Amino acid sequence: MVTLGHYLIVSGALFTIGFAGVILRRNIIIIFMSLELMLNAANLSLVAFSRFRVDPNGVPNFNAQVFVFFIITVAAAEVAVGLAIIVALYRARQTTHVEDVSSLKF
Amino acid sequence: MSLVLFWLFALVMLGFGAAVVINRNPIASALSLVLCFMGLSALFMSLDAFFIGIIQILVYAGAVMVLFLFIIMLLDLRAEKRRRMNHVAIVGGAVVALAFFLQIYFIVGQLSAAKQPFPPLAATKMDDVHNIGLLLFSNYTLPFQIIGVLVLVATIGVIVLSKRELR
Repeated sequence: MVTLGHYLIVSGALFTIGFAGVILRRNIIIIFMSLELMLNAANLSLVAFSRFRVDPNGVPNFNAQVFVFFIITVAAAEVAVGLAIIVALYRARQTTHVEDVSSLKF
Repeated sequence: MSLVLFWLFALVMLGFGAAVVINRNPIASALSLVLCFMGLSALFMSLDAFFIGIIQILVYAGAVMVLFLFIIMLLDLRAEKRRRMNHVAIVGGAVVALAFFLQIYFIVGQLSAAKQPFPPLAATKMDDVHNIGLLLFSNYTLPFQIIGVLVLVATIGVIVLSKRELR
């Protein structure tokens, strides 16, 4: 029997994979993909909570799904802007490696 | 949703998610991310969130990943050459990530609600597009308009960033 805990742990595992990608990888595009993984891990736990909170009429709580809708929209806008920034960075420096872009490092 | 199907889709999702981080070739990472989102979408549908599952495939596997692949091929990124890697940083990062996962695991283990099964839904047809649309245009009208402005700003920002001379 699948319980809420199963979904929460799988969501936590997906978040951890994204988190490890952000920490360990040095290619800025892979870091960006890992950020998407983390956003989607949050979406998975929100949808699981939405299905868990069923009101007496047998209808799940759709507020969480509206929130997921907003997160997906913001993530799509974020990807567009982020990839444009990466293209501008590549034009200026010819690299996508974060260690080659350390002018602002203190 | 049987346990077997749940673990099948969860393992597809986590396996390809790990492949995103492990692959050295960015194109392979991007294609793994598509398959990871397919598994995630199946999990959404197992939670009776059909609308979210469909827009997950349409927006992520359709639009976002095409954008990623387009940029990777535009920049002509090859598989990274092996750089001298800082082993302390790698071990440290892996330990931090593992500690984070163990924290989530034990906190969820202590949650009493996490052990309960999902309550049954009403037998009548559940129209989730109808319900989400009703909420979007009644309770969440202002956030919905703000999201519209955000998408407009993102469009203008991308055009400004992509112009040839960036001053």
